[in-house]
Amino acid sequence: MFKIVKKQVLNSSVVLMSIDAPLIAKKAEPGQFIILRISEGGERIPLTIADYDRENGTVTIIYQIVGKTTRELAEMNEGDSLLDFVGPLGIASHFDSYKKVAVIGGGLGSAIAYPQAKKLHSLGAEVHAITGFRNKDLIILEEEMEKVSSKLIVATDDGSNGNKGFVTNVLKQLIDEGNKYDLVIAIGPLVMMKAVSNLTREYGIKTLVSMNPVMIDGTGMCGGCRLTVGGKTKFACVDGPDFDGHEVDFDEAMRRQNMYKKQEKESTDIHVCRLGGANNA
Amino acid sequence: MPNMSLTKVKMPEQEPDIRNKNFKEVALGYDEKMAIEEAQRCLNCKHKPCVSGCPVNVKIPEFIQLVAEGKFEEAYNKIRETNSLPAVCGRVCPQESQCEMVCVRTNKGESVGIGRLERFVADWYMQNVKSSVNKPESNGVKVAVVGSGPAGLTCAGDLAKMGYQVTIFEAFHVPGGVLMYGIPEFRLPKALVQQEIQTVKDLGVDIQTNMVIGRVLSVEDLKEQGYKAVFIGSGAGLPSFMGIPGENYNGVYSANEFLTRINLMGAYKFPSTDTPVFVGKNVAVVGGGNVAMDAARSAKRLGAENVYIIYRRSEAEMPARLEEVHHAKEEGIIFKVLTNPKQILGTEDGWVKGMECVEMELGEPDKSGRRRPVEKKGSEHVVDLETVIIAIGQSPNPLISSTTPGLDIQSWGGIIVEEETGATSKSGVYAGGDAVTGAATVILAMGAGKKAAEAIDKYIRQNQ
Repeated sequence: MFKIVKKQVLNSSVVLMSIDAPLIAKKAEPGQFIILRISEGGERIPLTIADYDRENGTVTIIYQIVGKTTRELAEMNEGDSLLDFVGPLGIASHFDSYKKVAVIGGGLGSAIAYPQAKKLHSLGAEVHAITGFRNKDLIILEEEMEKVSSKLIVATDDGSNGNKGFVTNVLKQLIDEGNKYDLVIAIGPLVMMKAVSNLTREYGIKTLVSMNPVMIDGTGMCGGCRLTVGGKTKFACVDGPDFDGHEVDFDEAMRRQNMYKKQEKESTDIHVCRLGGANNA
Repeated sequence: MPNMSLTKVKMPEQEPDIRNKNFKEVALGYDEKMAIEEAQRCLNCKHKPCVSGCPVNVKIPEFIQLVAEGKFEEAYNKIRETNSLPAVCGRVCPQESQCEMVCVRTNKGESVGIGRLERFVADWYMQNVKSSVNKPESNGVKVAVVGSGPAGLTCAGDLAKMGYQVTIFEAFHVPGGVLMYGIPEFRLPKALVQQEIQTVKDLGVDIQTNMVIGRVLSVEDLKEQGYKAVFIGSGAGLPSFMGIPGENYNGVYSANEFLTRINLMGAYKFPSTDTPVFVGKNVAVVGGGNVAMDAARSAKRLGAENVYIIYRRSEAEMPARLEEVHHAKEEGIIFKVLTNPKQILGTEDGWVKGMECVEMELGEPDKSGRRRPVEKKGSEHVVDLETVIIAIGQSPNPLISSTTPGLDIQSWGGIIVEEETGATSKSGVYAGGDAVTGAATVILAMGAGKKAAEAIDKYIRQNQ
């Protein structure tokens, strides 16, 4: 069992949890992920490692409430335990030689972009962080991002934080102002990663994206997480999750993301329904 | 007087039209009377060809003699002397190409039903005997086993019997490997697998789940933690795809994924479990092995109307066990043999709508000795489908080999070992099962685990 040692609600649909998992904390690196299962009969869901504390033996995850499992997870509290927590999975990001990097996080993607920015910052790279949210109430990790970047620009779709725009516009502006990035990291919804990759392709800037498709085992066994990258089939769990954004077939990835939409809804509806029943009792 | 009937005592089964709608076990097993009757067919011959036909050398005539005498508990103990997983083996071993193939009774009539008797004895023991196996005295020497499938469990069980302190590291959340994620409930009930694994734990074996070796700990880490030897039985977990257009459409599965969702994650109980699986009205399974049969029969049980086996050679070349092919046909699976997929066709929004196939004919024998299938010109045709399951094989998972410096592997990923001992190129590291051979059978993996256990014991004694 893996104990939840910290829970923090970051916004109405995003929750942070630190989990007691000393062996994983010891080996975790930015870019890697874990797979968890809450209880018997539960599904295995992959979540990117948002942070880790080797000394205290904890691994931090940040997730958005989207389906039954994340909803159930958000109902758990400090002191509760998860049945299964396995990792660190995937290949860690390698950032040795970069001098100036733009790190972009879209929505929840900011949580995954944060450890990357932190690592780059600690390696001495100049980090410009750009994060985007639908509105100001959804902004997360602003303070944390600030600490690991020399410039942080937070944009909102509706302009409610006083800075209206998409992360792509912000990036374009920064590049056009003369910032010479030798790497762009874009993490967020597929449509955003696609837009950033299209933009940086024009400028010829190397771009890494982090893919998070449906998966079961996370060890290369099922092939459910397969993507087309540079015309070849790759497994996100063992070949990634980081890939060259200019090579990823995002349209295919978006179609594959919808595979279980109907079943996910069914499962979530039943869960919500049961909760309703409990409240009435 | 031995029972001279030319045929085995029939084993009751669920009727095909009933069983293809449920996930309960197909074969129902012998009762005591049937078992004794079948056991009496054994001639107890002196040269025991059956024993050498068994990769783990089960003392077959001895245990069958005990069954004939109604001494079922003693029969169980006799099997357990060399086999840690009799309930599993009795069900999934290809006896017809091993022990039963060389049975003297096959000179005239059917062999003794060795598999059926082994299954009976194991089931009888689990139902009737509560006392657990005696835990051997520990010698305090630590050995690590990576993977809790048939190879790992056998190696661990044998080492524990010799007194070693064995820890198994399993990547999934439950132990059993392919016995849990691969073979369906209707052929091998999961509760029974867990019961049998419990008997290995009773020997003092510690099983740690959620441990992906190569990630959370490396083989080097294990040695540093004081494990004197490491056995790698990590299986053949990497699914092969065909490399034809359309394989990434929604509705295309590797057999590994399809079966794992159903068996390990319980997708056949969705939505009371959380993991879904998508099965359309028309399903094609590409491949002709046991895994293909398992996938096809599972799809049928999940409500598919038409389930096709698409295989490029003829039925005679199919690697699946005859019994599995027979069961699949009884359950209404449609065999399209001498047929090869060319491409998977999809709808605009990315879902499978069909598969273009071509008919094949058999030409000259190839390297495997089987006649090579060649395309019949102009025979292209489209099969309407919503689900395609690719069951054309698996290769060893590279997670361990790629994170263990000094471990030599074949170009196709198999770990290179000395055949008699399972010793790898790295001192103190042994390997066996599908991780070495590529996808094979449960019993061959168990045989490899057994040999490695002996070799590990010898290695540790020499290096103490």
